[in-house]
Amino acid sequence: MSPTMTTSSEANGNVSAATAQAAAKAAATAEQTGPQAVTLAKALNTAMSDAMHADPSVLVFGEDVGMLGGVFRITDGLTKTFGKARCFDTPLAESGIVGMAVGMAMNGMRPVIEMQFDAFAYPAFEQIVSHVAKMHNRTKGAVKLPMVIRVPYAGGIGGVEHHCDSSEAYYAHTAGLKVFTPATVADGYRMLREAIDSDDPVMFMEPKKLYWSKDQVDLAALRAEHAANIEGGTSSEGRAVVARPGTDATLIAYGPSVPTALAAAAAAAEEGRSLEVIDVRSIVPFDDETVCASVRKTGRAVVIAEAHGFASVASEIVARVQERCFHHLAAPIRRVTGFDVPYPAPKLEHYYLPGVDRILDAVDDLQWED
Amino acid sequence: MTISADHTAQDPDTNPPASNAAAPGPVPEDAASGAVRKFGITVEDYMLPARHQIQMVGPDGTLNPHTEQGSQPGHEYALPGDEELMAAYEQLVIGRRVNDQNSALVRQGRMAVYPSSHGQEACQVAAALCLSEGDWMFPTYRDSVAIMARGIDPVQTMTLFRGDWHGGYNPAEHKVGIQCTPLTTQLLHGVGVAHAAKLRGEDTVVLAMCGDGATSEGDFHEALNFAAVFHLPVVFFVQNNQYAISVPLAHQSVAPSLAHKAVGYGMAGERVDGNDTVALLAVLGRAVRLAREGSGPLLVEAHTYRMQAHTNADDATRYRQDSEVAEWVAKDPLSRMKTYLTGRGLLDGRRAAAIAEKAEAVASQLREGLSEDVLVDPQDLFKYVFSTPTPQLKEQSAMLADELAREEAAK
Repeated sequence: MSPTMTTSSEANGNVSAATAQAAAKAAATAEQTGPQAVTLAKALNTAMSDAMHADPSVLVFGEDVGMLGGVFRITDGLTKTFGKARCFDTPLAESGIVGMAVGMAMNGMRPVIEMQFDAFAYPAFEQIVSHVAKMHNRTKGAVKLPMVIRVPYAGGIGGVEHHCDSSEAYYAHTAGLKVFTPATVADGYRMLREAIDSDDPVMFMEPKKLYWSKDQVDLAALRAEHAANIEGGTSSEGRAVVARPGTDATLIAYGPSVPTALAAAAAAAEEGRSLEVIDVRSIVPFDDETVCASVRKTGRAVVIAEAHGFASVASEIVARVQERCFHHLAAPIRRVTGFDVPYPAPKLEHYYLPGVDRILDAVDDLQWED
Repeated sequence: MTISADHTAQDPDTNPPASNAAAPGPVPEDAASGAVRKFGITVEDYMLPARHQIQMVGPDGTLNPHTEQGSQPGHEYALPGDEELMAAYEQLVIGRRVNDQNSALVRQGRMAVYPSSHGQEACQVAAALCLSEGDWMFPTYRDSVAIMARGIDPVQTMTLFRGDWHGGYNPAEHKVGIQCTPLTTQLLHGVGVAHAAKLRGEDTVVLAMCGDGATSEGDFHEALNFAAVFHLPVVFFVQNNQYAISVPLAHQSVAPSLAHKAVGYGMAGERVDGNDTVALLAVLGRAVRLAREGSGPLLVEAHTYRMQAHTNADDATRYRQDSEVAEWVAKDPLSRMKTYLTGRGLLDGRRAAAIAEKAEAVASQLREGLSEDVLVDPQDLFKYVFSTPTPQLKEQSAMLADELAREEAAK
């Protein structure tokens, strides 16, 4: 038998009070309460599951996301729980996946789709740039596309060619797309729920090397937080956070580079230098306020990203901070990014990736003697 | 909302394979099986187009004998009713008038560009008339006449070409997708709309339109395959007007016909004379009906001709002969239908005059609507990028407002 589920008319449009209640109910029936070791993969999986419980218009599809649960197991169990109508495998065609999601979003659904790997999303580029990003604009807001395109991205896993690209700049450069990238387990849950709630399309960039990293997280508390945010009309969307406070210089990082920046800050602390780490979280919209407040305070900044530095998100951040904080700067802002080379083979990737030493070298160069 | 669709038509635990004596080997319960049982022919005979294109009324306006309409078992078509024929004729006349009026408005500089469907009006009109109110249409940039025939205001339809915004009508309200300029990307949107409707148990059919050149695009393949695999009620309607700007069909495909591509996806294909309104109404009408009844997607190729250049910016004399164009003048869809309906006694001078008057009213609506100096609001640039403008867009909006205020003050 086909899975059947019925519900009231809140399916299309904004997440309603009924949805919030459902989420609260889910929280009340959570397996366990209190903080426990949770992986980013589990947090993302739980976010999708909770969103699907709360709203029957939320659908998950892509390549191998059904019975297999995705090559990274992020959609594990969703087909079993929600049936093949709501979490299903598609033919192997990324443009088809995105294009079909556009039509579904036009017709009352909230698709959450998976691109299996960063570089495998490129066949869908035309759909993303020419339609996902522009539908709201060309219809003067009459047609919104509440859809999430999940992209496992970046390197550090010893992946073969075409499996480790940092493709965020392509999307960030395209007007009409929101671009989120979580760096912590809690943000994995929080930001994916917010992405699914968004009436605008969201490119959800998941740092694949962090999928199996664990934090002590209380999922029930995160559910309750999400429900309370909806109730109160608040959200963490578009906000950067101070991941580690400091006073001497600011490290600005996002996604896979945040743990690296934190490790660099810890190493610097041992040498008596206090570095503040900003986790950008949302590349679009960008939180100038939080980032600039930190740089004005410290007077020095290094931007860290895995992607090639040329014409990158890191370049944009440097430009924005320089325009806004010039008179507070004691030194030019430095970037520590991937080299401008194709993503290297597994045995070479550690030379390419921004590491603690390269970050600390950049910090040392911030004209401390002047 | 009920979500109860079955995506996995070939999944044994949801759909046990049906035995089919007509087809060799085991045939899974798929897009075609139901239709095969219905028509008592093989899967191949169902999916392959009929040996000849379907043509009911020939270029001289006379009805072909039934045996010479191209039909064969499983590909049989009934003559549409008189009322439908007359409604179609009225839209044909309006459509031709719209095409010629818009081309004139471009020449007068009142519109940036107009890709005319002059010569393809039969396809345009049948595409609109074959659909019910709850159905969706996904048109291309050349399908303005189809959009108007579907009931959208002519001036709203032409907004895209007038140049004050990228679209002038609300797709959700009219169930007509935006006129798509990238090729075949809209077919996938149609597939998604049909998929969502199916999941909710609605009986929506989607007509997804493209041209012959577009069948070379990857999204054509992906859309047809997705629709077939998910067994969705989509009718893919290819207007083969022989040219993709300057490149003739022979450079796009060497398939026996574009309709033959259907069998590769496990769906039914059919060829129809794209200048024969009667046959188009019959073929598209049946395709929509089959799709609604659950036969899965279908592909219809209409053989027609782009009588004018690609747009006003194109020069068709560089790549085709006048003699070729002249051959198609003789196959004109309007004069053919006029002769046929007059011969049938359905159309007389009084009725023709009334229709011409309606067409003239639409033309004057276009002249007036497109001669207006449209006021554009520069702040609209920022209003519709996201549901709520980002802080960066608010800054940019303020910057532009300031620029304009200073310009105003300097006047």
